[in-house]
Amino acid sequence: MPITTAYKTEIQRVSILDEHGNFDEKLGKDLIPDADLVRLYEAMVTCRVLDEIAFKLQRSGRMGTYPQNMGQEAPSLGASYVLNKDDWIVTCYRENCGLFWRGVPMESILLHWMGDERGNAMPREHFATPIAVPIGTQMLHATGLAWASKYRGEKRISCTFFGDGASSEGDFHEACNFAANLEIPVVFVCQNNFWAISSPGKVNCSAPTLAQRALAYGMPTIQVDGNDLFAVVKVMRDAAAWTREHGKPHFVEAVTYRLGDHTTADDARRYRDQAEVELWKTRDPITRIYDYMKSRKLWDDSKEATTRERAAVNANAAVATAEGIAEPHRQDYFNAMYAELPADLATQLATHNTHSLGQTEEAAHVATEALAKAHASHH
Amino acid sequence: MTVREIEYRDALNEAMSEEMRRDKRVFLLGEEVAQYDGAYKVSRGMLAEFGERRIIDTPISESGFAGMAIGAAMMGLRPIVEFMSWSFSLVAADPILNNAPKMLYMSGGQFGCPIVFRGNDGAGGQLGSTHSWCVEGLYSNVPGLKMAIPSNPYEAKGLLKTAIRDDDPVFFLESERMLGTKGHVPEEEYLIPFGQARVARTGKDITLVSFGRPVNFCLEAAEALAKEGVDCEVLDMRTIRPLDIESIVRSVKKTNRCVVVDQSWSFGSPGSEVAAQVHARCFDDLDNFVHRVHTADVPTPYATNLEAEYMPNARRITEAVRACLYLA
Ligand SMILES: Cc1ncc(C[n+]2csc(CCOP(=O)(O)OP(=O)(O)O)c2C)c(N)n1
Ligand SMILES: [Mg+2]
Repeated sequence: MPITTAYKTEIQRVSILDEHGNFDEKLGKDLIPDADLVRLYEAMVTCRVLDEIAFKLQRSGRMGTYPQNMGQEAPSLGASYVLNKDDWIVTCYRENCGLFWRGVPMESILLHWMGDERGNAMPREHFATPIAVPIGTQMLHATGLAWASKYRGEKRISCTFFGDGASSEGDFHEACNFAANLEIPVVFVCQNNFWAISSPGKVNCSAPTLAQRALAYGMPTIQVDGNDLFAVVKVMRDAAAWTREHGKPHFVEAVTYRLGDHTTADDARRYRDQAEVELWKTRDPITRIYDYMKSRKLWDDSKEATTRERAAVNANAAVATAEGIAEPHRQDYFNAMYAELPADLATQLATHNTHSLGQTEEAAHVATEALAKAHASHH
Repeated sequence: MTVREIEYRDALNEAMSEEMRRDKRVFLLGEEVAQYDGAYKVSRGMLAEFGERRIIDTPISESGFAGMAIGAAMMGLRPIVEFMSWSFSLVAADPILNNAPKMLYMSGGQFGCPIVFRGNDGAGGQLGSTHSWCVEGLYSNVPGLKMAIPSNPYEAKGLLKTAIRDDDPVFFLESERMLGTKGHVPEEEYLIPFGQARVARTGKDITLVSFGRPVNFCLEAAEALAKEGVDCEVLDMRTIRPLDIESIVRSVKKTNRCVVVDQSWSFGSPGSEVAAQVHARCFDDLDNFVHRVHTADVPTPYATNLEAEYMPNARRITEAVRACLYLA
């Protein structure tokens, strides 16, 4: 028997509440208590409302380039719901809903995209990292964060998010390889929304699933309907528990769709079929829960109206807070440069409004005086 | 006769298209360059004309397509590699810095790397510090590569054609801020040789040396200063490697003063290199030391107000000129 099977596997896909309202009682029963479901629903609605407001802010010049999250609320929310409060959540830019659930203030995210570094100053107690723009880099950071927890003998895990396109970057493969071979507890969550800006999925992956990429690293892997909050909660809960127990990585492919443009700088109509968008609108994660709650008599029109109203009030309050924050001063960025401001930078700070950036003899004097003054006021 | 004006992005497009018609070895690859006509529409229509074999959409993997281009170039092809932004070339540091510029050297002259790496460079778009790189300081430090940095549509076309014909790796630094800028570009073919600065404005009082987009800020400052009776000469260096130091020296020997305007950080930059060489070559001609205008020594600020004052601008250039002329 010269040829045998060296390896064989299959990849499971989990769906609990589909877009037609079919609910798998066996998997779904007692998965999310009703009271929690209402709160999770409200979180998705609020995130969606904020997303729509952010889009309008950009269009009216009150915000910089913004990546809409619309349609992709469930994966990060489901993850945040099941993760421990002190597990790391290491995101890119389509995980607002999960970050808000953790307690990251909405105004932080707004402030960031309004063009202010201070919006990225995630409060430490949320165990979230700054929004990552260079595609893919955050997955290695997630692996390093979990590695540090292991080093310190803590049970904390990392959960990192990235897109289908990001799985092409070397960083993705390096992160998987390291996490698997060094036994580091990371849950890798790929939000497969079928597009990387204008590139369709096949440009970045020729395999039928993204989930199977994990197989090459010897990592357990699963696919989930990412627009089904129930399924996401189940899969993420299982994956996180497995990862925590074994101290090894787990992969999750959440199949979803961005209903908006890539960012406000993009116009998806130029490359995407409108019929495809319409189809995915029927799979909206929010309407799915709405219909379900209604069918279970957990929800009615007046509750819906109150929720929408509260969401608008909260979102607008976040906008007001973000817009009310005074412009940053140049001192802010100089001070964030090193643990202690070095003398040459102090010189540049003092002479910043001139051409010289501290290169001239006069500049040196200006700075010395400024430093002396600062010291004097300190004592 | 009407003067034809086209956008900077179309000047780049014409340069690539003309060279691809002329030389079958030339092809373009990068993220979204084909189906989508380029993230910034620089390759508009090129897929339709040249087909999928020569206009290639790649996975999102800068290290992947930069490294592959090196292999292809070693086989005698002439890849044009588009980085959506030079900021994203950082994840391809090994191929572009450690392989391409050294391949000829390390193979004892066997394998050259005639590749053009091109993309958007520079701050000013409120894109945050990881997305706003000016790579000229960092990359020009590496021997074995050439670096061109066009300041307007005419320069963009002429320099890119030369880059594509060059037998060595060329780092071609475009500006997203200028892609929509229109300028005169003649119908007839022309090439702009590397290592020959352009006198963008003649003057007798002071020499302004600059590269890329800030050349325009120098011209703006020069206009303002002319009203004060200060006559600036502005040199558009066109290429950073090779650096046309002879043109700078010639101008400084005439004006006796020099200000370098460079959008990279000052430490170990093209600006500091120019200053060092001018001091060595024109020591006895200088009325004052070479003044320099750079970005501040911090990551590019995200906030619009801070980003604007972080970059070299006409106001800061004007001030530097006055200081250098003892007028401040
Ligand atoms: C290293 C790097 N290369 C290119 C880009 C430009 N870019 C920004 S988003 C994006 C597409 C990402 O697609 P995907 O990972 O599927 O995430 P999605 O936006 O679909 O959520 C690209 C190419 C970047 N930010 N960083
Ligand atoms: Mg995607």
